[in-house]
Amino acid sequence: MYKILEKTQFSEKVFKFRIEAPEMAKHAHAGQFLMVRANETGERVPFTFADWNPEEGWVEFIFMVVGKTTKMLSTYEPGDAILDVTGPLGQPTVMAPGTTCVIGGGVGLAIAYPVARTLVKTGHEVHAIMGARTKDLLLLEDQFRELLPDDHIHITTDDGSYGEKGVVTAPLERLLQAKAVDEVFCVGPVPMMKFSTLTAEKYGTPITASLNPIMVDGTGMCGCCRVEIDGKTKFACVDGPDFDATKVDWNDLRARQAAYRTEEGQALKAYEEANCACHR
Amino acid sequence: MPQVNGRFVPDMKSPRTPDNEEPAEERAHDFRPVDKGFTKEMALAEAERCMDCKKPLCVEGCPVNIKIPKFIEKIREQDFGAALDIIHEDSMLPAICGRVCPQENQCEGRCIRGKKSEPVAIGQLERFLGDQPELASKPQMKPANGKKVAVIGSGPSGITCAGELARNGFDVTVFEAFFTGGGVLVYGIPEFRLPKAVVKREIDGLKELGVKFEFNSVMGNLANADELLNEKGFDAIYVATGAGLPKFLNIPGENLPNVYFANEYLTRVNLMKANKFPEYDTPTKHAKQVVVFGGGNVAMDAVRTAKRLGAERAIIAYRFTTPRPRASRSCRLSRRSSSSPARTATCAP
Repeated sequence: MYKILEKTQFSEKVFKFRIEAPEMAKHAHAGQFLMVRANETGERVPFTFADWNPEEGWVEFIFMVVGKTTKMLSTYEPGDAILDVTGPLGQPTVMAPGTTCVIGGGVGLAIAYPVARTLVKTGHEVHAIMGARTKDLLLLEDQFRELLPDDHIHITTDDGSYGEKGVVTAPLERLLQAKAVDEVFCVGPVPMMKFSTLTAEKYGTPITASLNPIMVDGTGMCGCCRVEIDGKTKFACVDGPDFDATKVDWNDLRARQAAYRTEEGQALKAYEEANCACHR
Repeated sequence: MPQVNGRFVPDMKSPRTPDNEEPAEERAHDFRPVDKGFTKEMALAEAERCMDCKKPLCVEGCPVNIKIPKFIEKIREQDFGAALDIIHEDSMLPAICGRVCPQENQCEGRCIRGKKSEPVAIGQLERFLGDQPELASKPQMKPANGKKVAVIGSGPSGITCAGELARNGFDVTVFEAFFTGGGVLVYGIPEFRLPKAVVKREIDGLKELGVKFEFNSVMGNLANADELLNEKGFDAIYVATGAGLPKFLNIPGENLPNVYFANEYLTRVNLMKANKFPEYDTPTKHAKQVVVFGGGNVAMDAVRTAKRLGAERAIIAYRFTTPRPRASRSCRLSRRSSSSPARTATCAP
């Protein structure tokens, strides 16, 4: 059992858990992830580390309510326990020295933040592009502002409710045009990563993407999280989750992410019906 | 027990006792065990067939050299506790090995009776004893020697090693990546061939011997060898992480949704109970037509699982024309054609 020490709510659907896990906290690195099985009947779901503290013995992850498991997790409170948490898993993020542009879209900002923090710690100059559909879904702005000077933070919202109206590729293009960055890291929804990659490629700037396929075991045994990189099958759980974004087959990733849409809907509906206020 | 001049005379006429199976048409719709195991009467009858060879080839065929004729002799004497004790001298896992060892390539494959008729059902006899663990004497434990061993992985290799070490006085901790013990025995082999309760019983037995289990522990990531040896005080590490990575065919389209490597398909159902979705959260596809590539035990487990998940047509495609695919007898493959290079075959569910 892994005790929830703290719960933070960022918006209607986005939460952060701080979990007691001393050994994991000692070995976690930016870009790595953990796997959660909430209860006896639960599925295994990967979440990237948002933060960790080896002295205090905890790790944090951020999640957005999208399906049954995340909906159920959002009802957990400090003092409750998650049945199984496994990690750290995957390869840590490694970026070449120089100036890096870190792009986070939506809940991907939760992954982009620890990467940006680690890069700052290791002497990189970092630009952050923070993208969200709307102002309320923009995560971790305070944390990014504490980490980086204001002119290194570029915010976009799809609806223009905050920052620049539009998508992350506009500020990215400006940075690339000004030759302000040597390398790009992106994490978020597939279309965002795909178009960031096309933009970076146009300027010949290397770009890394942190991929998020469905996983079952997370240790390289089952092959559920396989992705096509340069025409070859790789496992996001052990070879990744970071890959050279210019080599990723985005259509394949998107199709595999959507493989259980129907079942996910079914599970969520059954859960909501069973837990609806009118049945209590 | 027939004897001549005080010596046991084997029953050379009786055919091999058939497996105690559920009818195929009934069992193919759920995950109940296919094989119910020998009754006492069946075990006694089968034990009479052993010739008690002077030079028992079955023992040579067994990877851990279980004293097979000796335990069968004890079965004939109806001293099942003593029979189980003889097995335990060489193997702590008779309930598992009796079910899933490829006996036809090992002990039974070497049995002299197999030359002219059928080999003695050694696996069934082993399982018969393994399923009565309460009859065994308490295992003889050597006094604690103060040495600590880390075993990485709780699959068949890891738990065998852990059991042997614990009996020999070592302080053993097993580190397992999953949330439960058994490795391939729980994520790979389906319930209908090896019930999870049998694996749990063996793991609980190890706990009683003092073996500690740490689940959710992906070693290498959570702690490396240096840390285990220098910080956590282990004197040795036994790495039993299994066969591991899937091997794909490198054919177009193999990464499309609904294409599974067997490990994923079986893990979803066996470990995560996708057959009980949505009661359990992990889904899997319930396809009407399923093709499985391969001819080994895993292929049989996959195709039989597909059948139980409602496939109307579940077939095996195998690349060789060998007279017999590699699957062991307990997976029961019956052939249909043998002419085409990649042929299909039917498999009893």
